Amino acid sequence: MLTAQLDPLAASLFSLMAIASLVLAFVMLGSRWLNNYLYAFAAESWIIAALSASVAYYGGYPELYLIALLTALFRGLFLPFLIWRIMRRLDVSRELHEILQPSSALVVGALGVVFALIVAYRIGDSIGLASRVAVLALTVMLSMKLIGFLMLAVRREALSQILGLLVLENGIFLGAQILIPGMPLLIEIVILFDLLIIVACFGVLIQYLVANVGSTSSRDLKRLVG
Amino acid sequence: MFRGPRVSELLNVGAAVISFAAAIPLTVLSADGPHHYWANYILIDMLGAWVALCAAIVYLLASIYAVGYMRLIGEDAKLWGFYALFALFALTIFACVVMNDAGLYWIAVELTTLVSTFLVGFERAAESIEAAWKYIIIVSAGISLALLGTVLFYWSGSFVLGPTYQMTWDVLREAAPKLNPHLVTLSYLLVLVGYGTKVGLAPMHTWLPDAHSESPAPISAMLSGALLNAAMLGIVRYLAVADGAGIGLLARTTLVAFGIASLLVGTLFIVRQNGVKRLMAYSSVEHMGVIALGFGFGGPLGVVGALYHMLNHSLNKSLMFFGAGNIMRSLGSKDITSLRGVWRLFPVQGALWLAGAVAITGAPPFGLFLSELVILRAGLSQSFAWAVYIMLVLLIVIFVGFLNHFRVMYFEPEGRKAAARVSAWCVAPMWLSLIPLFILGVWWPHAIWDYLTAVARMLAGAGS
Repeated sequence: MLTAQLDPLAASLFSLMAIASLVLAFVMLGSRWLNNYLYAFAAESWIIAALSASVAYYGGYPELYLIALLTALFRGLFLPFLIWRIMRRLDVSRELHEILQPSSALVVGALGVVFALIVAYRIGDSIGLASRVAVLALTVMLSMKLIGFLMLAVRREALSQILGLLVLENGIFLGAQILIPGMPLLIEIVILFDLLIIVACFGVLIQYLVANVGSTSSRDLKRLVG
Repeated sequence: MFRGPRVSELLNVGAAVISFAAAIPLTVLSADGPHHYWANYILIDMLGAWVALCAAIVYLLASIYAVGYMRLIGEDAKLWGFYALFALFALTIFACVVMNDAGLYWIAVELTTLVSTFLVGFERAAESIEAAWKYIIIVSAGISLALLGTVLFYWSGSFVLGPTYQMTWDVLREAAPKLNPHLVTLSYLLVLVGYGTKVGLAPMHTWLPDAHSESPAPISAMLSGALLNAAMLGIVRYLAVADGAGIGLLARTTLVAFGIASLLVGTLFIVRQNGVKRLMAYSSVEHMGVIALGFGFGGPLGVVGALYHMLNHSLNKSLMFFGAGNIMRSLGSKDITSLRGVWRLFPVQGALWLAGAVAITGAPPFGLFLSELVILRAGLSQSFAWAVYIMLVLLIVIFVGFLNHFRVMYFEPEGRKAAARVSAWCVAPMWLSLIPLFILGVWWPHAIWDYLTAVARMLAGAGS
């Protein structure tokens, strides 16, 4: 168990990074400009890469250096680049019809974090976790999940929905680095590649949407009902 | 050379014949115990082999049907891409079935989504692109919950097995009694909702009617008859872990609740449906609900019934989608109210399709009647009587509602002439699915019964 025998410096470093990425998720939630989403997502990915590297250093998992490198490359550079290319082609720069104002979305997101904290504490209690880092990691993991779903639910633009999905994945990945650093390398690498394929598929689909539906907002996807 | 439309359809049928021929020996191979290959990453066990057999049957039928159907669409230049994706889709489904590692299983399920999205959107009409977009967004979001559940399962196992281990189904089941029950509950529920999205259990089913109704008919059959079962397999395997961890009652009750919800949603939308393929899609929601009920009830009867239902449903739903595709192409409409005079215009395939409709509502003498009966008995013997009564009422309503749509299509006076005739490629697979369905309905072979009870023993013995 990594989180059991951490020195205080490492523990506070991990907590700092976990909280920083949660804050960045809130940045995405509180903005209506698509490029803000994108920058926040890229920054979040870099933080996760740094987290992997520090887990590798303090926990003694050298293979995580590779994961850190791949995370920085794929999630931090390549994915934002792909999305930026889609964004430039689409000529959409902001969310036009949000269901929930960004300010209200922030409040709902905060409630989600409180809920995640309660769940994480209960789980932590029942396992008898000594370390607060694990509880924090679980909290961040669950709250980024909830925030991602909130973004999916209240945003209509195709790009916001893709970024919402990526926040879901980022949350899981971040939690996994702290909770289960020993997860087999193969799986982590495959999941990283899988993410690339997903975004590539989305890129193609968005082109189809533009060409055949004439809009990238899910407001206009209402032919199929009942 | 491989891009010629005739060559590619031939290749696809060839691949389907090979997979079917390979799936039958798999069931025999797995009967004397599970086999592991490739450093334990591949598992051939009885449960997986059974689901693979169902998938292979649907793949074979759908690829024969596709030869005739895709020629009607008249996109010969793009057909090679369609068949390449078709074969890849089948491959990813088979990959799901044999994955021994819970993480790799998740990835295989995710890959099925990515491949089939482009098959759903193949016709490039605004509707099919809309369906494809909804499909990929809803299913990816849902399945990310399953990933979270998988990660939490791994975490719970790491308290017992150490930080690094291979999370195979066997390892999880053996460790199950020592896992923390609260953590396992959370993880199981996440996995259930996640893979439940892919299975199409209500209320996560919303992608299903769109994707199934807008994709080309052979793909609808694959989605419904092969893909949904492959995702159900994951739920069943995690259910065995939950049983072992001592939260079996909670795990089963939630699965039963999802099953009842699916039946209810299926019923409501079947009764008031106007799209003919959407009708079939909601019927898939209903039948996945029935299968979920079977596994949720558990016990030998429940598992046997659910597995038999998988096979019957795969055969029957393929037949229904093939018939729907033929009639829609011939009469040029998707709406039940404008598809009339089927009986007079198409006496032979009309009769086949009607027999399929009787079968899919669970009436004798077809296979689904037997499997539903076994599932009902399982529920009564496992103290889920309340669910059994709800299920019975809903099945009767579905019987009436579903066949009423067929009354409209068959016996109301017709409005238009048939525009096109479909070829023998499109009718032969209907025979090929109806005949076994009838045989399975009047005669439940002993070999199959023994095989399925052995699967049930395997799942039940897992926890102890």
